[in-house]
Amino acid sequence: MVLAGVLVNGLVLSGIYGMLALGFALTYGVARVLNLAHTAFYMVAAYTLFFLVGRVGFVEAAFLATFVVVALALCAYRLLLEPLKQHESTVLIVTIALALLLQELLLLLFGGQFRSVPALLPGFVEVLGVRVAQQALLALGFAAGVLLATWLLIKGTRLGLRIRAAAQEQEAAELVGISLSGAGYWAVGLGGLTAALAGLAVAPLANLEPHMWSPSLLVVLAAVVLGGLGSLPGALLGASVLAFAEVLVVNLVPGGSFLRTTVALLVMVIVLLLKPEGLFGTSFVEER
Amino acid sequence: MNKWGVLVSLVLLSSSAWAQTIRIGVLGPMAYLQGRHTWYGATLAAEEINRAGGIQLNRRSYRIELVRVDTNEMVSVPDAATAVERAIVAQRIDFLIGGFRSEAVLAMTEVAAEYRKIFLTTGSAAVGLTAGRVDQNYGRYKYIFRVSPYKATDIIQTTLLQLGEVIQTLRQQLNIPQPKVALLVERVLAWDPVIEPASRIISAPPPQGYGAEVVGVWRPSAVATDLTSELTAIQRAGAQVIFTLLSGPAGTAFGREWGRLKIPAATVGANVDAQQGTWLEATSNLGNYVATINFIAPDIAITPKTIPFVVNFRTRFREIPIYTASGTYDALYILADALKRANSLEADAVIEALETTDYVGVGGRYVFDKLHDVKWGPGYVTGIGVQWVDGRMVTFWPRNWRVGNQLVGYAGTRPYQLPPWVVEAWRR
Repeated sequence: MVLAGVLVNGLVLSGIYGMLALGFALTYGVARVLNLAHTAFYMVAAYTLFFLVGRVGFVEAAFLATFVVVALALCAYRLLLEPLKQHESTVLIVTIALALLLQELLLLLFGGQFRSVPALLPGFVEVLGVRVAQQALLALGFAAGVLLATWLLIKGTRLGLRIRAAAQEQEAAELVGISLSGAGYWAVGLGGLTAALAGLAVAPLANLEPHMWSPSLLVVLAAVVLGGLGSLPGALLGASVLAFAEVLVVNLVPGGSFLRTTVALLVMVIVLLLKPEGLFGTSFVEER
Repeated sequence: MNKWGVLVSLVLLSSSAWAQTIRIGVLGPMAYLQGRHTWYGATLAAEEINRAGGIQLNRRSYRIELVRVDTNEMVSVPDAATAVERAIVAQRIDFLIGGFRSEAVLAMTEVAAEYRKIFLTTGSAAVGLTAGRVDQNYGRYKYIFRVSPYKATDIIQTTLLQLGEVIQTLRQQLNIPQPKVALLVERVLAWDPVIEPASRIISAPPPQGYGAEVVGVWRPSAVATDLTSELTAIQRAGAQVIFTLLSGPAGTAFGREWGRLKIPAATVGANVDAQQGTWLEATSNLGNYVATINFIAPDIAITPKTIPFVVNFRTRFREIPIYTASGTYDALYILADALKRANSLEADAVIEALETTDYVGVGGRYVFDKLHDVKWGPGYVTGIGVQWVDGRMVTFWPRNWRVGNQLVGYAGTRPYQLPPWVVEAWRR
């Protein structure tokens, strides 16, 4: 029974973490932008959905929330990130500043109290005798679907080829007529799209408040670093390792369940000591 | 009168007006419900006191002037300490009221002690706020008085009494002779020392204890946002009651997932998030049937002053007051009462008057002990137990609380209601 609990809860939590990590990995993998405001975009999607859902229907609200976040991501890229793209540390600082700006804006507009976003799928189902929220299963399905769709787009289309070429070798890509700027916009737009989808799928399982982006960012960073920066399957695997480590701690040491994140991060450190490039990443030497 | 005469008269008039104002700094995280309600509570009290002619000292009438001090304490403790210092030095505050987050209140009271400013706290339950300070270094910390809530050890005592009520309900309604209890206690300093004695009381046979079985203790982080794994583990352990001690955001995560997964265990204890009128909105209406200790409820007259306060508050601010509102409202009246009795603004005289306070406010009868904590128990402040039922906050404790030969209860309390899925799961 403990095993079933670990298995089911671990898988479900993997879906939630994976959904958050995918967009971040995508933006870095194809645009080489470490966007620390990624989870702030997810937060904006959740708040926009919260604001609109009582005013228009759920589908319209979800669509508008997605539009707002993709537009925000593209504007941020155009105005803040593209001009600074060559200065990685500056990009980090600017994206953190952007996240803090969005945090303060939401605090001003909605206050600090907790809000909630309605679930697309309410209720629960029993899997191997363990109760699982249907919304959590939806997040898991979303994560798998987004991974598949992104993989098909990147590997199976001319657009994907252009984006990959721009990410791998910028000078050569330009020589064959690929617009680096265009590829960057596509990648950031896709990253924004996945952040918005995460807002729709994961936010109903979270406390909606203006600081919610920072704990999520820690999980996302840990997952993508563990999986290998920029690798999409790596991000999902990293998310799964963290999720299972956390669930194991809760089930095996209930009195120490506050240590779940610490233990998960310790697992990350151990993996990185053994494999510094992460599970699916390019080694640092190769990167240079 | 020439122009110089007019000018001199104006200066004299304005200095005289300044001298007849008592400036009170109202401290809190103003972007948050807790801080906002601190301000609202102070505002109501100040307006009432001023309307009634202010505070008479030495035959002079003093008006209360509130200064809103946003401490940002939810995010930064240093910000809170700096805000208090700025209020004292730059805004020339006479007295301080408020504060919410214990870590920040500890820092803010240090600043108040440094500047010898009387500080009535209305948000923190940490035992160490007064114990080890007022008793061991009275000269430095005599300026601190805790009005609301009462200290954490009294909170535990109250929540255990409420747990006893729920255990009794399980026995009577579901015929469970030895209910199984899971402890879900966030990892904060205040709760660490209480787990072992609480477990002992729960499992000890009556009359010393409740004769229940403790199936486990889960200690999530206070800032946990997902308690699904803990809850499914508690369900697997066969718990019929979850005794919660949650003061951080984990409280909302608990209510939401407990309701979503319909965990077949009744819940009782402390859940600070569930004390707020926004609880159901925060949990997507999944927090129905969650119960928690509280200090004010919309429909219970703890004293004759409670309902008028709640009505005025709701009319004016369109929200259900939380304990920072009622505590701050009472604190301002307690301060006004002490000032009148001291007939002075001088700190030592006011402290002496505060120490002999015996005041009936909206939250109960306030009498300070030697630690400057309010006395807990029948006849003083007791707190209440509330449960969310059908979208409303309903009071279930104290109903027939037996203390010696005395039965304690407030009119309008209703029995604790077991969630339907708990009844369905354990009906025998």
